[in-house]
Amino acid sequence: MPARLKLFLPLILFAVLAAFLLRGLQLDPTELPSALIDQPLPAFSLTALGSGEALTRESVTGQVALFNVWATWCVSCRVEHPYLTDLGAAGVAIYGVNYKDDDAAAITWLEQLGDPYILSIADREGTLGLDLGVYGAPETYLVDAAGVVRYRHVGVVDERVWTTILAPIYRELGGQGGPQ
Amino acid sequence: MRFVIALLVFVSIAAQAVIETYEFSDPALEERYRQLSAELRCPKCQNQNIADSNAPISQDLRRLLYEQLEAGASDEEILEYMVARYGEFVRYRPSYDGATLILWLAPLGLLVLALVGVVATLRGRRSMSEEALLDPGQQQRLDELLEQAGQDK
Repeated sequence: MPARLKLFLPLILFAVLAAFLLRGLQLDPTELPSALIDQPLPAFSLTALGSGEALTRESVTGQVALFNVWATWCVSCRVEHPYLTDLGAAGVAIYGVNYKDDDAAAITWLEQLGDPYILSIADREGTLGLDLGVYGAPETYLVDAAGVVRYRHVGVVDERVWTTILAPIYRELGGQGGPQ
Repeated sequence: MRFVIALLVFVSIAAQAVIETYEFSDPALEERYRQLSAELRCPKCQNQNIADSNAPISQDLRRLLYEQLEAGASDEEILEYMVARYGEFVRYRPSYDGATLILWLAPLGLLVLALVGVVATLRGRRSMSEEALLDPGQQQRLDELLEQAGQDK
């Protein structure tokens, strides 16, 4: 019997290897796991875009919310902006992190394209972005009511991303609003 | 053709110019900067270290590295700081802990497995050749037959 088993060994090895490679094909290597998952949102001391209001970690936590890292120089941010505006209009709590951007350009952008954000944190030097582990806008962080980061999505948030990935977590955490 | 070459030269010069240089207060710091920036991986561009990459994130990380070195941080502190933000991914030489242990031990494990395989195969071959040996009676018969064949010629 062991001799017969030996005959099948290459086949078994092949099947195992194929299973690993098949899994590898489905993974997107550009999507890195965030080091911040299940960690509190980093503390910061910045101002709000436009109003100049002083902001800390405490002033933007307390409810389940999305933190969307965006900038006017980021092409994909323009692509996702209309859908974020829809989400904002449907009552989803979204904070903006205006990442390494020019205030005037950012304000003009929101005036022209609509403002889905409760407010935007002006992260001019990218310090908050660095603490968040941002490596390319747009990125969207899902933060729970206790201020703990629960999910990070790298890339454009569109209807598919919202309905299949973000909405289930958002609802499970008790988030309000959102398209039905 | 000459135009193309000129263009290539021009482009490569432009790409080089993006990497900035830092003035270090101590040559030892500069050496550590060179080592660490070669060992830290650019989160955006995946297969480049931050020393070679022009991505904005790499520029930020290089500046951060420079500032931390000048502020007197140890190599461990700097690596910890980077890993806390970008995950184990940023290290080209991952640390030894639970999740990365398999990375370090897999080559050794495969080598042992291969050696076991080679030894088993060689043993199998030897026992097979032993089995194939003839007993004295058979050997005698074979010799007789060979001799006979030689005489027949």
